[in-house]
Amino acid sequence: MTKLSYAKGLNRALADELARDPAVCVFGEDVGAGLAGLTPGLQARFGADRVVDTPLSEQAFTSLALGAALAGMRPVVEFQIPSLLFLVFEQIANQAHKISLMTGGQITAPVTYVVPGSGSRDGWAGQHSDHPYSLFAHVGVKTLLPATPADAYGLLVSAIRDPDPVVLFAPAGALAVREDVTTELVPVPIGSARIHRPGEDVTVVAAGALVYDALAVAEELAGQISVEVFDPRTVYPFDWAALSASVARTGRLVVADDSNRMCGFGAEVITGVVERGAPLRTAPRRVTRPDGAVLPFALGLDRALQPSRDQLRDAVRAVMF
Amino acid sequence: MTESTPAGLYRGMRLIRAFEETALSLVRSGEIVGGIHPYIGQEAVAVGVCAALRPDDQLTSTHRGHGHVLAKGADPRRMLAELAGRESGLNRGRGGSMHAADLSLGVLGANGIVGAGAPIAAGAAWAALRQGLDRVVVTFFGDGALNQGVLLEAMNLAALWRLPVLFVCENNGYATTLSVQAGVAGSALARAAAFGIPAEAVDGMDVEAVRLATERAVERARSGAGPSFLECRTYRFEGHHTMERRVRLNYRSAEEIDSWRRRDPLERCDPGAGQRAVIDREVGELMAEAVEFALNGAHPDPAGALDHLYADGLLPRAGVPT
Ligand SMILES: Cc1ncc(C[n+]2csc(CCOP(=O)(O)OP(=O)(O)O)c2C)c(N)n1
Ligand SMILES: [Mg+2]
Repeated sequence: MTKLSYAKGLNRALADELARDPAVCVFGEDVGAGLAGLTPGLQARFGADRVVDTPLSEQAFTSLALGAALAGMRPVVEFQIPSLLFLVFEQIANQAHKISLMTGGQITAPVTYVVPGSGSRDGWAGQHSDHPYSLFAHVGVKTLLPATPADAYGLLVSAIRDPDPVVLFAPAGALAVREDVTTELVPVPIGSARIHRPGEDVTVVAAGALVYDALAVAEELAGQISVEVFDPRTVYPFDWAALSASVARTGRLVVADDSNRMCGFGAEVITGVVERGAPLRTAPRRVTRPDGAVLPFALGLDRALQPSRDQLRDAVRAVMF
Repeated sequence: MTESTPAGLYRGMRLIRAFEETALSLVRSGEIVGGIHPYIGQEAVAVGVCAALRPDDQLTSTHRGHGHVLAKGADPRRMLAELAGRESGLNRGRGGSMHAADLSLGVLGANGIVGAGAPIAAGAAWAALRQGLDRVVVTFFGDGALNQGVLLEAMNLAALWRLPVLFVCENNGYATTLSVQAGVAGSALARAAAFGIPAEAVDGMDVEAVRLATERAVERARSGAGPSFLECRTYRFEGHHTMERRVRLNYRSAEEIDSWRRRDPLERCDPGAGQRAVIDREVGELMAEAVEFALNGAHPDPAGALDHLYADGLLPRAGVPT
């Protein structure tokens, strides 16, 4: 048995894929130094021409990765901060994502985009604390949000092998997690959810690091309310079959989502369940960031805008009646 | 506002140095959360540039922005309170280190996104022209920003429309761990020249040289001749960000750091006979007062976490049903 950290899970997935497939390569800022935690040791092992340090030219290197993909490579692009995805939204949503359809299926774009630290990172303020997974799901880019070290490993491997563009968000709140790994690390299929804790009364769909809050609340309420903790792992495509089955058992639904409330992932999950005619016994609830949230710097203000354990517990209690 | 006398220039730099040293110790003690990008070593750039500006001139700043904001005249007490996340801070604790700004002094924001300030400065300069004002707008940015498309696009617009913008590149040799040699093809000056923007390289460790070069550029901008570009060759003495104190990185040699420390802009500036000790003591007292002020300030009320999101008072829905 070994302890695997989240960052190490990502790092190992990337190392394994670089070793397995010569087409895999990495672009990003300070990737040689391994500053963001994804790439330590990889440049020394695989060379500076496969683990490529780029200048601060995100728009160019994001589409350069697309060009390389069209020519047969499998690039992984790292972004140090989540808001850089706003900068390269055009290159991902408008270029990489659209090329397969627009060329009538002549070509695909196997590029993986990784943000190793998305969401609030205590004290990084308004422009460094976004968690824009709903945005990418909205435009239809495959969007991954692993919560555990083993899932981080498995989903990054699947992302790299996937024939389409994939964005992987490593939640800042999960980066410090370490996990006992007893079995061999394996790829995790994209679009497959995971139930961390079975329960009978309420299904809590928890996105990213909120899985840990959901588990804590479930434990706290054990004996009173039996909570099922459902981790979608993939935001898009979403595992509707698994969620329908869970809600069919529990009849109650709460979603914990670190997106803004308006047009966020939580809204989609609830709608999807309701649309399918699930036999909900009470009105579903969601715990999210507020509409249009900009995270203020001061820690107390930052925390006030993120979904909290207290809010989640209240929501679980509320759907019981 | 920084005074352009030798004593004024020295005092401006000493204030920034002392402020940053204080901030570093508050990062260490946990009073400043999230860390800072220290400006230590680059003081001559902010001070030399701002000493050549008028109070109504404006600027855009960067992630490494404390020096710019202080040199433009920000109150160090409220600046430090901002870094400590207090209601008494410049931005009421909403901005923090990377966004600390005082709009009343013409600081149009410090920015967390590299290169993002340049087009904002160009826009403010365009408006000034339309309004018949003869103000100049400075945009500070690092060598890393030279590779951002948006900076080059802003340079084109500024040159095309003869905007009163001063592009100040603080070339400290590195964008985080990437050296300029490994990151920039051609040169900073050649990029400016490509747009027909007059460009000059300046010793960024010499405050008077920076001030004089800025004076020339500002004069040109005010006379309607359009933008200029200054490449200030400088060095950051500390790590890129305070987190670099925890992770060991070896992209710069100890000898290199030493050789630049020997060119410390504060040592090379002569404030006049007997002035150094007087100014040092005075700034020391000011910073002690700033710490008092900052740490005694109230923390913002979490109920106001979304205050100021909309100018018209629009109240967004909370994250839970209310
Ligand atoms: C567009 C963008 N890319 C990347 C980052 C992350 N980042 C912050 S500062 C920095 C290096 C900036 O280097 P430079 O412009 O030379 O300024 P310096 O830090 O040397 O003052 C990087 C990569 C960012 N904030 N914005
Ligand atoms: Mg630099």
